[in-house]
Amino acid sequence: MPEFERDSTTADGADLWKDQLRRTFRAMVTARTLESKLASLYKAGKIVGGVYIGPGQEAISASIGSCLKWDHDIFGPLIRDQAGRTAFGEPMLDATRSYLGSVKGPSGGRDGNIHRGRPNEGLPAMISHLGAMVSVVTGMLLARRIKGCLKGVVGAASVGDGASSTGSFHEAMNTAAVERLPLVVVLTNNQFAYSTPNDRQFACKSLVDRAIGYGVPGYEVDGTDLMATLRIISSAVRDAREGGGPQLVVANVLRLSGHGEHDDASYVPDHLRDSPLGRDCVSVAEQQLLSSEVITEAELLGWKSEAAEEVQAAVAQAQQEAPPDPFADDWAVYSSSQLSQTS
Amino acid sequence: MGEITYIDAIREAQHDLLASDDRVFIYGQDVGDFGGAFKATQGLKKLFPDRVLDSPISEDAMIGVAVGASIEGMRPIIEMQFADFSSVGFNQIVNQAATQFYRTGVPAPITIRLPSGGTPGSGPFHSQMMESVYAYYPGLVILTPATVADAYSMLIDAVALDDPVLYCEHKFLYRWLKAEQLTDNQDPLPIGQARIVRAGKHATVVAYSAMVHEALRAADLLASEGWEIEVVDLRSVKPLDTDTVIASVARTGRLLAVGEAFPWGGVTSEVVSRVTNDGFHLLDAPPQRLNSRDTPVPYHPNLWEAHRPTLESIGAAIRNLLQL
Repeated sequence: MPEFERDSTTADGADLWKDQLRRTFRAMVTARTLESKLASLYKAGKIVGGVYIGPGQEAISASIGSCLKWDHDIFGPLIRDQAGRTAFGEPMLDATRSYLGSVKGPSGGRDGNIHRGRPNEGLPAMISHLGAMVSVVTGMLLARRIKGCLKGVVGAASVGDGASSTGSFHEAMNTAAVERLPLVVVLTNNQFAYSTPNDRQFACKSLVDRAIGYGVPGYEVDGTDLMATLRIISSAVRDAREGGGPQLVVANVLRLSGHGEHDDASYVPDHLRDSPLGRDCVSVAEQQLLSSEVITEAELLGWKSEAAEEVQAAVAQAQQEAPPDPFADDWAVYSSSQLSQTS
Repeated sequence: MGEITYIDAIREAQHDLLASDDRVFIYGQDVGDFGGAFKATQGLKKLFPDRVLDSPISEDAMIGVAVGASIEGMRPIIEMQFADFSSVGFNQIVNQAATQFYRTGVPAPITIRLPSGGTPGSGPFHSQMMESVYAYYPGLVILTPATVADAYSMLIDAVALDDPVLYCEHKFLYRWLKAEQLTDNQDPLPIGQARIVRAGKHATVVAYSAMVHEALRAADLLASEGWEIEVVDLRSVKPLDTDTVIASVARTGRLLAVGEAFPWGGVTSEVVSRVTNDGFHLLDAPPQRLNSRDTPVPYHPNLWEAHRPTLESIGAAIRNLLQL
């Protein structure tokens, strides 16, 4: 953070900050628009499988994505990271094709929804087992060190309060710390893992205290506050990029949806919904950016209508495309050609 | 000529892989300056300091790291200190490494070395055979070398493959099995091809890993009783060379499948199932299986000897098969 404060006192720094805030917020708006559409399509029975969205977490997720450079840095998203994917640079069609079951999707129907990725462009495709992607991002960074091309690169991994209880998360954090790799782990504490509240998930005072055990810097932030969140995450990303080793950021919010669209989240008590954690980060950011004149009302309206058009087009295109054909799929499980005829 | 052991072959293969391909690196517990719990990486850290890396005791993260490195075009070799401990990395092996190519089209060329099988006094957690567990999962290749030459050439092949490989090396063979040279003057067989290691006409014994040697000793024993037993070394259990096995059964009419793994399901069941499906008409007797007993691997050598198939129990199983 001190690094950043120094920068933002200069004219250039202030412009960069403003530009990053705008990019980040725009990704939040686009993701919110896309996910609202996906939720509607789910309720209309148009989606193949489940829908998992991240309302309330866009400020955190988009902040990660906007600090990273596509096809240069690495981002291991989790299930509520549409905003981060958008900010990082994932094409929207990847999302609509995956959800709507187009054979042209990134996995051609072999996997779906949030399990999509573009590993060769720095976006590994998550498996369902929580915490498991942290070591994959770590391994991508380690490989770049061995290849001699790690300089200036950052890998970010997104996890939640639930993932923080897994052995996989612990092993990966510790491994990255031992190797002192430029890994930024952003832990979104949204108070519930599916229906399990924090008091059944962990017993420490704050999850940020885990950082001490790994010997890495830890930061805690109000994830409903875009300005605060982006400040903390960009500072952590910068520290990692500059050789400071792994960083842990814990961002506190409330999940403003069910676990998936099949879940009405009736287990979330009213007092939490009414607490500061229950604020909608998109509304908060809107007010922050309008009042500080980072954006204008007209721009905001424009962004919203452009997002709606983009979503409409991406949905329409995916809906026109063919689903996978079991008779056309080669059902190949091996990459090696010499193994393709064997079993 | 000097003597080369099975573990020497593994060490030499890793040396040659590191020397010939910058994409190869070794990651595992104690593999660095210490040279590995079984000395399979002895001296390699000195020669390749940036590509032989000690890992924390974190099998899950070790495999996750390998998957990430594979995305970046590397060819990691992961040494599990014992095959038994790969259970901690099970999720990353079967859900991450095994599914990556199918789900994303990005290959996962990872080799996971599993020091497998029993040795006297090793007990329940340093003796397991894991090949049947991993063979269950689509996308994995499972190799079980039984000779010094195969230990070398199949490890070279494993790293060359674009898919995740479980390379099951048998600890009992490490220093017991010796050869005069690293290769046996024949072109190595391709992955997925079994080898007939002893020709016969009265019965076929299909085995792999250390059990090949027990089966050969049993065949010697039966030869003194006038029986000619054919022994097939599967070499790789996935892919499984059904053709060679069925061709052998066509000659002998009788099948015994031997494995050191636990008896429920697994490689021997798969062999019997395939022969029964595709070669039922070739069988003169019900196909038989012989595995370890259905208990954890016992600690005391007396119990351990009676737990896994041995010369004596394989001999008895063959005699039984010949009388059916």
